[in-house]
Amino acid sequence: MSVAVRRLPVRRGEIDRGAIFVYAAVAVLVLVVGGILVSVVLDAFATSWFGGWLPDGFTDRWFRAAITDFDLPQILVATAFITLAVAAIGLLVGVPAAYVLARRRFRVKGVVQVLLLLPLLLPPITYGIPLATMLYEFRLAGTAAGVIVANLVPALPLVVLLLTPFFEQIDPNLERAARVLGASPLRVFTRVLVPLAAPGVLAAALIVIVRALALFELTFLTSGADSTTLVVALYYAAFAPGIRPSQQIDAMAVVYMATSLVLLLAALRFVNPTNMVVRVRR
Amino acid sequence: MSAPAARREAVDSPPAPTRRRRRLDPALLFIAPAVALVLALFVYPFVYGLILSFQPYGEHEADGALGSYLAFFGDPRERLSIWNTLRLAVPATVIDVGLALPLAYRLRRPVPGQRVITALFVIPLTLGTVLIAEGMLQFFGPAGWVNKTLIAFGLVQQPVQFLHNYLGTLISLLISDFPAVFLLLLGYASSIDPALDRAARVLGASWWQRTWRVTLPMLAPGIAVAAALSFVATFSVFPSAVLVGNPAGETRVIAFAAWQAAYERYDYSEGSAIAIVMGAIELALVGAALSLRAGGYRRMRTEGAR
Repeated sequence: MSVAVRRLPVRRGEIDRGAIFVYAAVAVLVLVVGGILVSVVLDAFATSWFGGWLPDGFTDRWFRAAITDFDLPQILVATAFITLAVAAIGLLVGVPAAYVLARRRFRVKGVVQVLLLLPLLLPPITYGIPLATMLYEFRLAGTAAGVIVANLVPALPLVVLLLTPFFEQIDPNLERAARVLGASPLRVFTRVLVPLAAPGVLAAALIVIVRALALFELTFLTSGADSTTLVVALYYAAFAPGIRPSQQIDAMAVVYMATSLVLLLAALRFVNPTNMVVRVRR
Repeated sequence: MSAPAARREAVDSPPAPTRRRRRLDPALLFIAPAVALVLALFVYPFVYGLILSFQPYGEHEADGALGSYLAFFGDPRERLSIWNTLRLAVPATVIDVGLALPLAYRLRRPVPGQRVITALFVIPLTLGTVLIAEGMLQFFGPAGWVNKTLIAFGLVQQPVQFLHNYLGTLISLLISDFPAVFLLLLGYASSIDPALDRAARVLGASWWQRTWRVTLPMLAPGIAVAAALSFVATFSVFPSAVLVGNPAGETRVIAFAAWQAAYERYDYSEGSAIAIVMGAIELALVGAALSLRAGGYRRMRTEGAR
């Protein structure tokens, strides 16, 4: 329900300085972020790049090397499995919780809300280290299960935070009308709520996947050899420069970048960019 | 909006299995898995870490329950990590909010290409800190395009050292944190009713007055939240402090210190202690910022009412 925006007529000859500022800022962003991304892509395809404005020649051998040296297929499978599992479990647990928080009042609601917000307000390292220690005790650290468990900690609150306002804006009268007309609660759920909630749930799923893909700390603290995700593999590759040619690290970065950007494009079809960050409601 | 009473009777949630046994509000069963998960995976580890931090390990065992904390605060190099983190997080937050605010403020009225612009700002957010830092190694490197451009324009003679120091980490934080701040502020800014600004304009308020007396007070809570969340993100800086910083020196941040204790020295007690210290400092600063906002907002509102 956006408020209709009507502009006051800009006086003739008056320059919209605000808009110029906006475009200048966008230009700087495009230059810096674009420059970083383009130089990564160019370097990944470069035979070598010493001193010149452009690489000396182009090749795809760094990608072939990355597939064997980094065991890229294994990393991609592990990444897909972990992010999808985090999103699926996060939604399964988070959607009912968000629905109840949107529709019901109960005595400990405030406490529950704070509890579900806290993991988003603390740096992942603060709870990640004790959590990883605990997972080691349960022999879960180093496994995909351990990584999924750790990533759920911020993912679940994110789902609840994104979907509670979404459920709030679905008119309860629709569900009531269905009930009055004789629909069973199950039917109300499948025929009324699910279709109405689907866009929001899809958006939340995409946001959780995009965030889980980029979230470094928790996976870094809990992953082992066969549960390393792309972002952690990239960190390890970049952490030891000199061991590998920069082109090979950049090839890895290109794979990660392409995955993220494809997901982002998918997400932007369904998600308003301002929802990509958490909004804390007063 | 319907009245709360109407809302309560509104929906009977789908059937829950335990209903036959006793009449419990099924709503609570819906929320139970989420609460159980947070309790098991967040609260329990936190308490576990807290207890662990008071059970010093190895050489610190002799110092009693506070041994791990004494080890952290007693060692100047360890202690310094707090300062190293704040020195990055505070400027990064201030600069990002300072840049994002006018941008979001202007964009509450759409400009041509608005959708593309917001989409562009999401890209660094999606890529994450690790990729930004890794990509900076080439772009900001001694033979990278930034230094080439600076030299080509005669601005510097020698390549500027952007990497493996404080500057590199700060730049990476600025880039990776800016989109979140901007989008958050844009969300708040576009929820302000433009009629207020129009009304002020019709009543003869200047641009300065409208900004200072109408829009900024309305935006104040959004600014506080954006700054707080930005601080949360930058205070936990870790990968970029290692990749484009100097983790042995000026960018030895607290998250890195905690990781080193737990994963390099296998001292989980001190690792947990540092993590707890980190959480405490962060929550205290965010709490202070948010309570400041509550006070400031009230003041501005009452001033505005007069």
